[in-house]
Amino acid sequence: MENIQDSQWPLWEVFIQSQPGTPYKHAGSVHGPDKSIAMQNARDTYFRRNEGTSIWIVPSNAIVASDPNDSDMLFDPSNDKAYRHPTFYTMPEGALNI
Amino acid sequence: MENETKLKHFESLIDADSNIEPRDWMPEDYRKHLVRQISQHAHSEVIGMQPEGNWISRAPSLRAKKILLAKIQDEGGHGLYLYSAAETLGISRDELIEQLHSGKAKYSSIFNYPALTWADIGAIGWLVDGAAIVNQVSLQRTSYGPYARAMVRICKEESFHQRQGYEIMAHMMQGTPEQQEMAQDAMNRWWWPALMMFGPHDTNSPHSGNAIKWKIKRASNDILRQKFIDKTVQQAELIGLTVPDKDLKWNEETKHYEHGEINWEEFQSVINGNGPCNKQRMENHIKAHHEGEWVRKAATAYALKQNQSVKQ
Ligand SMILES: [Fe+2]
Ligand SMILES: [Fe+2]
Repeated sequence: MENIQDSQWPLWEVFIQSQPGTPYKHAGSVHGPDKSIAMQNARDTYFRRNEGTSIWIVPSNAIVASDPNDSDMLFDPSNDKAYRHPTFYTMPEGALNI
Repeated sequence: MENETKLKHFESLIDADSNIEPRDWMPEDYRKHLVRQISQHAHSEVIGMQPEGNWISRAPSLRAKKILLAKIQDEGGHGLYLYSAAETLGISRDELIEQLHSGKAKYSSIFNYPALTWADIGAIGWLVDGAAIVNQVSLQRTSYGPYARAMVRICKEESFHQRQGYEIMAHMMQGTPEQQEMAQDAMNRWWWPALMMFGPHDTNSPHSGNAIKWKIKRASNDILRQKFIDKTVQQAELIGLTVPDKDLKWNEETKHYEHGEINWEEFQSVINGNGPCNKQRMENHIKAHHEGEWVRKAATAYALKQNQSVKQ
């Protein structure tokens, strides 16, 4: 073990599902040498009360995030497409349940 | 983008009360201030486990022991939420711990006072966590996203900490004269250090300027301290404790309490390492860190081995 460097272990991102049927939400991160210890650490760190019913953990370096400099390119074009929203359309007077 | 355009964009986000996220451009001083503040906050949570941990084996009942264990475990969790927020700024956990051990990073000086009696466990929860809550509630609106989210999570857990402390104090004040005396003695020793937790007066606070401008801090030291005093005096009176400040008086016009002079010399001296427990707290942390080294290495070696056998 002499050739092993001491470290705080790799970083993992933790996602919580608060109850069945709801989307997973980022909670924070933990450190762990492998999946099972990282999972245990995620449980001890983020689930001391009734925070949820399911956990995802992902190695932090596996996450690909968009670059804030690309925000205009990525997110602006959706602003000028009002026809993607139901309120864009005129319904005939008197039409029900639509 | 030019640096100036980037700065403009950054400032416009701050002005709009929006949040800065880890991948956004930020001024180097903003990053530095955050690393210093968040890591100091994280170290405080972790070092703060020591004065209370001292009482786990001596808690007066099984109920009290369970509560204290849960509370201390929460504080460890708070430290981890905050380390994780600090790490989004590009500093590693190893560096953070190294800075604590070398003395480069500080922790709240309140944890350099000893917990001498069981009443101190009451006073710590009620006053120390109480003061921390006032600060943390305000920080839920801090401009850095990961820090704000950690604060929301922490605030949800803190109110149990304060209530269990106040319950201990209230119980003791209904007990024997000796128990009442013990509670008052803890009050006398913790009141002033709790007021010091908010830091120097606004006129004398070296880090506040940019921190307020960039909305890292959302309220000044004196405003937060005042909030804490205004809330706490009534709680003390209700259970028959005396606030150890002969100059404390209610101002009917401002609707605030006025308090006596804080002993800033003591504050500086504790920050500079001369509090009753500074040495012991650091030695404990360093010892635990070294004793854990073989566990960290063994787990790393095991993970490497598992990876290799997957590849073969
Ligand atoms: Fe805490
Ligand atoms: Fe707490």
